[in-house]
Amino acid sequence: MATETEIRGIGHSVKRLEDGRFIRGGGNYVEDIKLPRMLYMELLRSPFAHARIRSIDASRAQELPGVVAVVTGEALAAHNLAWMPTLSGDTQAVLATDKVRFQGQEVAAVVAESPYVAKDALELIDVDYEPLPAVTSPQQALEPDAPVIRDEKEGQSDNRIYHWEAGDREATDKAFEEADRVIALDTFYPRCHPAPLECCGCVADVNPATGKATIYMTSQAPHAHRTLFAIVSGLPEHKIRIVSPDIGGGFGNKVPIYPGYVVATAASLLIGRPVKWIEDRTGNLISTGFARDYHMRGELALKGDRMIGLRTKLLSDNGAFFADAQPSKFKAGLFHIVTGSYDIPTAFVEADGAYTNKAPGGVAYRCSFRVTEASYLIERLVQTAAYEIGVDPVEFRRTNFIKKEQFPYTSATGWVYDSGDYEAALDLVLEKLGYEDLKREQAEAREQGKLIGIGIASFTEVVGAGHGKEFDIAGLRMFDSAELRIHPTGKAVLKLGVKSQGQGHETTFAQIIAEELGIQPEDIEVQEGDTDHTPYGLGTYASRSTPVAGAAAAMVSRKILAKARTIAAHLLETSEDDLEWSRGRFSVKGAPDRGKTIQEVAFAAYTDLPEGMEAGLEGVHYYDPPNMTFPFGTYAVVVEVDRGTGEWKVRRLVAVDDCGVRINPMIVEGQIMGGLTEGFGIAAMELITFDEEGNCIGANFTDYLLPTSWETPAFELGETVTPSPHHPLGAKGVGESATVGSPAAFVNAVVDALAHVGVRNFEMPVTSDKVWKALSEVGLAE
Amino acid sequence: MYPGRFEYHAPSTIDEAISILERYGDEAKILAGGQSLIPLMKLRFASPRALVDINRIQGLDTLYEDNGFLTIGALVRHADCERSELLRGRYGVLGDAAPQISDPIVRNRGTVAGSLAHADPQGDWGSALLATGAQVQAQGPDGTRTIRTEELFEGPFTTTLEPTEIITLVQVPDPGPQAGGTYLKLERKIGDFATVGVAAHISFDNGKIGRAGIALTGVGPRNLRANAAEEALADAELNDESIAEAARLAADAAEPRDDVRGSAEYKRNVVRVFTERALRRIAEGKE
Amino acid sequence: MAQMTETQEGVYTYPVTVTVNGAAHAADVETRLLLVHFLRETLGLTGTHVGCDTSGCGACTVLLDGVPVKSCAMLAVQADGHEITTVEGLASAEGLHPIQEGFHEEHGLQCGFCTPGMMLTASALLAENSDPSEQEIRWALSGNICRCTGYQNIVKAVQYAAAKMAGEGR
Repeated sequence: MATETEIRGIGHSVKRLEDGRFIRGGGNYVEDIKLPRMLYMELLRSPFAHARIRSIDASRAQELPGVVAVVTGEALAAHNLAWMPTLSGDTQAVLATDKVRFQGQEVAAVVAESPYVAKDALELIDVDYEPLPAVTSPQQALEPDAPVIRDEKEGQSDNRIYHWEAGDREATDKAFEEADRVIALDTFYPRCHPAPLECCGCVADVNPATGKATIYMTSQAPHAHRTLFAIVSGLPEHKIRIVSPDIGGGFGNKVPIYPGYVVATAASLLIGRPVKWIEDRTGNLISTGFARDYHMRGELALKGDRMIGLRTKLLSDNGAFFADAQPSKFKAGLFHIVTGSYDIPTAFVEADGAYTNKAPGGVAYRCSFRVTEASYLIERLVQTAAYEIGVDPVEFRRTNFIKKEQFPYTSATGWVYDSGDYEAALDLVLEKLGYEDLKREQAEAREQGKLIGIGIASFTEVVGAGHGKEFDIAGLRMFDSAELRIHPTGKAVLKLGVKSQGQGHETTFAQIIAEELGIQPEDIEVQEGDTDHTPYGLGTYASRSTPVAGAAAAMVSRKILAKARTIAAHLLETSEDDLEWSRGRFSVKGAPDRGKTIQEVAFAAYTDLPEGMEAGLEGVHYYDPPNMTFPFGTYAVVVEVDRGTGEWKVRRLVAVDDCGVRINPMIVEGQIMGGLTEGFGIAAMELITFDEEGNCIGANFTDYLLPTSWETPAFELGETVTPSPHHPLGAKGVGESATVGSPAAFVNAVVDALAHVGVRNFEMPVTSDKVWKALSEVGLAE
Repeated sequence: MYPGRFEYHAPSTIDEAISILERYGDEAKILAGGQSLIPLMKLRFASPRALVDINRIQGLDTLYEDNGFLTIGALVRHADCERSELLRGRYGVLGDAAPQISDPIVRNRGTVAGSLAHADPQGDWGSALLATGAQVQAQGPDGTRTIRTEELFEGPFTTTLEPTEIITLVQVPDPGPQAGGTYLKLERKIGDFATVGVAAHISFDNGKIGRAGIALTGVGPRNLRANAAEEALADAELNDESIAEAARLAADAAEPRDDVRGSAEYKRNVVRVFTERALRRIAEGKE
Repeated sequence: MAQMTETQEGVYTYPVTVTVNGAAHAADVETRLLLVHFLRETLGLTGTHVGCDTSGCGACTVLLDGVPVKSCAMLAVQADGHEITTVEGLASAEGLHPIQEGFHEEHGLQCGFCTPGMMLTASALLAENSDPSEQEIRWALSGNICRCTGYQNIVKAVQYAAAKMAGEGR
């Protein structure tokens, strides 16, 4: 039987197989899970940014009808659970014992028959705080007389966390001495938050009869979380099952282990009933993994219009505990990709981290491990330099691009870029934009007092962590896995070590199998998230699923194809060398009518095998990527500025991405549009900030502003395809590209609207009052 | 996320509602749209002992012109105003304010009267109704009294209503056959409160301005009338000079503060720009 | 007229009858029970989601007598005598609602968390305006936040549904 229908593998925009349950309201999110005799937990949070805890009196709370237990740090300390390790080698308080170190920090937990009663009980817990002066910036933290936040840490006498360097300081300094121009930019990437629409939470079910802990959890990395849970709690790893069901958005917010998960599990263990903890939005914004908060200085050394050196100095505000979710060897994440798309011969990065009285975190929100910060800095620096030396920002980029012929390209900080063609992406954007006409329009508009800005960003980023020798999370090497079984009737189940939070894995990964084995995507079930039933993997974040687990899926398919070939040869009574394979079917060379479909081979794997061969048609592959992948692109934003109010509106947004081979173009475009929207939000309105007392402003959606369908611009997307030479499918990651590359494009656009009168910078979020201030300073306000 | 406990009543008549309010003194709150009250109760910033839900009372959702007034019933929702043909043209300040309040879903429940009773200094209706010289009918145990909008607002979230009084009607005086108005709102995104809002409402008399109403949102402890600007416009032509002067005076009348939405200087300037733009739009509409 | 009862000291309940997706449900609910919790917990209809605590995200949107409302900013007692439609009630015996089809065909969802509220608001828009422009769609949906899609495909999903409904003479 010939396969006449086209196999919808790579390159097909297959409509998502997972949609069915979501459009019917049948998604199974953690907050939907109900277990018999389940209890509800709410957390009491500190109102102070920094305070000593003199005493906690929970007696009135315990007496409230419906309250089953009140848990404090003291109770946890008795079980060695008051503190837990972070993903960055530090420790973090589960429930505060001696001090609270940020506003919103977890102080106690109430477990009750209903969440309403649990919330009532919170009001009955009396905590006697002795407020202490708050440290609200890393600069203040590093002053000699600053209060020591982590005074409980042995050997910690100040607020320093780390110092980290990359590149060559001497060679770079030398280049700066030889430069004829040095362009500097001091800029701050503000604290923002992934704010997925679903908050974090869990249902912890420690079964007293079996001793098994099943924890339904909003987790982007269930296997890593299980291992860490085992280490922290002392529960044996085989007695812990983490189930990450449907997740309502992650964006890095669901990578860390939060105190709520630990307390809920401990409570379930102590009480012997399931405990559900779902944080509220305030808890999410005030205490969970924020992003960025990165002070950056960049210096670009120029000779004429050529970049000859780059220096960057960074100061990270990490909050009260160093809990960055990033590969352990990189204290500043992958920031040293900062030379970006440019052929800069020498570069030096130095980064310092400091504790402050704020929530812990920093690496999140589609950042590719600090690549958002790096990409922002270089693209803003490049734009500034172009104005300063009087060259068109587009041409300045083009002149300094790494050229197509130079790949694979080793950067000044040691990255080996796999492939790229930056000019092709740039040219496509310019064509779609009508760049020359637009510049003319801009010049004419200026004559009439109308302000139009054109902002460009040409980013290269780095994803797909990563090769085991360099990349580990808390020691766990960053391979990933795929386990594939073909059933007798030719359908299949694919189990993965990664975990989608909306990225469409059930379709994309099925398409990989379809491509490799010729089985249609709807005949393949993809399973993720349950540690009892999936192979070990490090999870989904930092755009790693396609580069790593996608490769694993291809490799396991090829293992299976090899066995299938042997079976087919046996069935067709010929040698393997005489067989041809054309997606889904083996046929005999020269006799194409004689053949066996993959479905027939699958059946034979259970019914008619060659002598001595094991039954079944399945395999597992753990993929250790040889290198990272380097997606890239150019984004162009066109804005109009209102001279009376300082508001800016996006007139056009053209985005050309190159993520190598696109498995499902529709899903890839969806990821890009989502990322562009987050980039827009960050550039325009998203901000968590603090007053001098450390009070958090931005802990609800009234203060932390998210763009709606009305503000969000329409997108014009394009693509170029430069495959990754080392990836089995030629694919690169793409989930974060747009959040990485677009903020600079937005800011560059607003700056460009006023560059002709000498404006060079706006700090994000670029709110209308900031723009108006600049307008009035240059006499252009209406 | 979870309100505290409260007693709940859903009376079928105003008189019933008032007698329930009397029982609780100042410990009861009226529930109309609930789009401000319930979120406050969920965060436990408000914990009334009882809620008096007036949504069951018939006849409060009428929106009509009669007897020299545009009458807006207590249960008229923002969305009703957004859709009403009555609120265009001569009552354009109201028709332009309505769609800019909060977001479309909130507008389906929130009420005009409820907004006034809530007296948020960043509330949009307050300015639109001040500009039109509107008044409310407040019914209490001793009967009904008329309260002009400027006498209604006392300070942030404080009105001159007694705890036992309910606003039953908002009445907007007929501005005459030739009138126009608009509302301009600067907000950081849909659903945010106003950084600055300007309501302008002009009645024309033989081609000149008869009465001008200009009121400001978000630049003071309550919605403010720009009295000097209004006086400068009264009896004047609506032209470039009078518009520029009114805009300048309106900016002077503002009492903005520095905050996350911008500096006081910025907001004051937006008042000027918006007043100009609003008056120009009215002038264009007149032609 | 229904009356509140004090079941224990300080605990107040109220009898309600709410029609949800065509089925009447009678219950005594605590006066403070939010409508979203009544739907999710009391009735077990978990398709309506909670995304924030300031009624600013729209994930909890349901239809009250055909009109989109935020079920987290309403009390269950306020729904007494009314008809609620949740996402579970969008499809009919004939199949999916065109808006559900549209979201699938146009990739209008990724994580799915905002999708129920988004579709219900869209269905109400289409009931009122059978051929909305892009601007009208974006305006109508501006109370429903999405973090994943960037809204563009959601607009297309609504346009798909509008075209389908026009074709079917709805």
